[in-house]
Amino acid sequence: MKDAFGAPQSLLVLGGTSEIALATARRLIALRTRRVWLAGRPSPALDAAAAELRGRGADVRTVDFDALDSASHEVALGKVFAEGDIDVVLMAFGVLGDQARDEEEPMAAVRVAQTNYTGAVSAGLVCAGALQAQGHGSLVVLSSVAGERARRADFIYGSSKAGLDAFAQGLGDALQGTGVQVMVVRPGFVRTRATAGLPEQPLATGPEEVAEAIVTGLRRRSETVWVPGSLRVVMAALRHVPRPLFRRLPV
Amino acid sequence: MSVDTVSLTGWGRTSPTTAVRFRPRDHEEAAAVVRGRGPRGVVARGLGRSPGDAAQNAGGSVLDLSGLARIGGVDAAAGVVRCDAGVSLERLLRVLLPLGWLPPVLPGTGRVTVGGAIASDLPGLDHRRAGSFARHVSALELLTADGEVRTVLPGTALFDATAGGLGLTGAILGATLRLRRVTTGLMSVSTERAGDLDDLLARFTAGGDRLPYASAWVDLMARGRATGRGILTRGEHATPDMRPAHAGRTRLAKRAGGAPGKPLLPGLPPLPGGLLGPAAAAAALCNEVRYRTSPHARTGELRPVPAFFHASDALPDVRPLYGRGGLVRYRFTVGYGQEETLHRVVRRIAARRSPSVRAVLQRFGAGAPGPLSFAAPGWSLELDLPAALPGLARFLDGIDEEVAAAGGRVCLAEDSRMRPETAAAMYPRLAEFRELRARLDPAGAFRSDLSRRLGL
Repeated sequence: MKDAFGAPQSLLVLGGTSEIALATARRLIALRTRRVWLAGRPSPALDAAAAELRGRGADVRTVDFDALDSASHEVALGKVFAEGDIDVVLMAFGVLGDQARDEEEPMAAVRVAQTNYTGAVSAGLVCAGALQAQGHGSLVVLSSVAGERARRADFIYGSSKAGLDAFAQGLGDALQGTGVQVMVVRPGFVRTRATAGLPEQPLATGPEEVAEAIVTGLRRRSETVWVPGSLRVVMAALRHVPRPLFRRLPV
Repeated sequence: MSVDTVSLTGWGRTSPTTAVRFRPRDHEEAAAVVRGRGPRGVVARGLGRSPGDAAQNAGGSVLDLSGLARIGGVDAAAGVVRCDAGVSLERLLRVLLPLGWLPPVLPGTGRVTVGGAIASDLPGLDHRRAGSFARHVSALELLTADGEVRTVLPGTALFDATAGGLGLTGAILGATLRLRRVTTGLMSVSTERAGDLDDLLARFTAGGDRLPYASAWVDLMARGRATGRGILTRGEHATPDMRPAHAGRTRLAKRAGGAPGKPLLPGLPPLPGGLLGPAAAAAALCNEVRYRTSPHARTGELRPVPAFFHASDALPDVRPLYGRGGLVRYRFTVGYGQEETLHRVVRRIAARRSPSVRAVLQRFGAGAPGPLSFAAPGWSLELDLPAALPGLARFLDGIDEEVAAAGGRVCLAEDSRMRPETAAAMYPRLAEFRELRARLDPAGAFRSDLSRRLGL
């Protein structure tokens, strides 16, 4: 159960090697979290992440989860929920893709879309159902500002996040009154392994800042979290820039 | 029986969860709910006055017993009443006072049910003399996991576990209470001001138990030499010869509510503004005004019984002032001889400049036999803080450690944030409680968010 300050006792991370998710898990373990499930494809990185969190005093377990294999989600996640209540589900899986290559190879682009959107739809619905049955909990969905308005530089990734974002918003409205909170997190450019080597954009943040914003959002029971917070204003303006002008903006 | 799906929180409006709420009209309907429960169990709920998650059951059933509110026979000769669990103490007081009787223990608000008072084993203002609520229960009707209603008598293990058992041993459906005899509906009240915490504790102790009802408001925002200053209010039941001449015909006052314009005790003071952000200064100012306007020392002031015990009920709901995050109530007790801990806690709270307006200090006597009963000999401090205060979670964890190190404990019924390990350390007889529950209710029919959070 979450306490009065929104600190969960159990956490399920989908995409167990995500740097943002692990930074969040570390913060939550420092508060109240005792049980952590890391869901992801079996890999040494996943085991290393589990070992690291175990060192911080949490009871960490891993579970096989492949975002692309939507059919397996119900069984894989059902197993987790059968073991006890999950206070917070953090949907942190996703791939950035390589825009130039993806434009050349449609199948690679489809993989981005399937991971970021289709996989999230099935996993999100399975988790939402389980959370609804337990009458409490939060579903934290890592979206992106890239989904807020399509850009030439990353519209394949952006469109998948746009779909995810719309899905999560609608799911949040559908779950209103069921005790389940859906929180959409929209970070800007985050410095992680995935973005290493890419040119840094304005208002860039690190995984720690995003994790901090997620923990604060849980405490405040927020529905939408922008990281950094100023992006809310920036994107509100950018959303209305006419397309001929937007195309020429250096964003 | 009405059934609906609702999002519930405690009085503090933190951590909402959703459950199916049943409002039974009689024992049979209540038993049917327990027999037909789902896998996530059931818990009883009264007026929702518990600040934390004690009367919530996420994804399960909540048995709202506030409709089960018949006051059965009052034996005015023997001073015994049989009533349903959903009867509020406020109503019980209103019914009994004209008959010359009082509910045995009256906590700071009358808007709690008899069932809730037993399940939390509430201590009153005269705990040193009267103990907590369950001591005055001569029998209770308990709906247990098998769907049977049993009569449970004091002295049994089940009774002890149910007193302060947070509704986890079963749903209390009714109780027989032994009442206190009073000859007038008035209290003779003495008020005094104490310049710091030492002074306050000394005044508490001075005078012995001549005035059995005692509690103090502590100004937790005062710093420096005034740290822990407060107003001590004590009272006794007025005897007929204390009454003013014009009160001759109204032997037992009927009118509820306090005298307007008087600083009231022991609940909430009037609040002029919000409690968060820059308005914290308003809270400090409010405390300052409250302290300055109270008399240095006054004795023999007569007040109606409801105004003395339930002053806060006459005020409007102050929760909106605590902001969207709701409020966190923190109540702990430390033993006599551990005054240094109390000092340290008060100093730490004062140093934080948290907007604390409501803070009640009490003195407890001998504890109850219940394994989870809160009251223990010593000092008890209860305070409300806005949950949205930055860093409050860690700060209270630190206070927990301090209290635990001094052998004290935090009140479970009012908790909304403790660590399970801390709760187990503070209540060493928790294992005994768990064992009894495992025996009586192996499937875990009675569960609440609190029991899940603390692993009770």
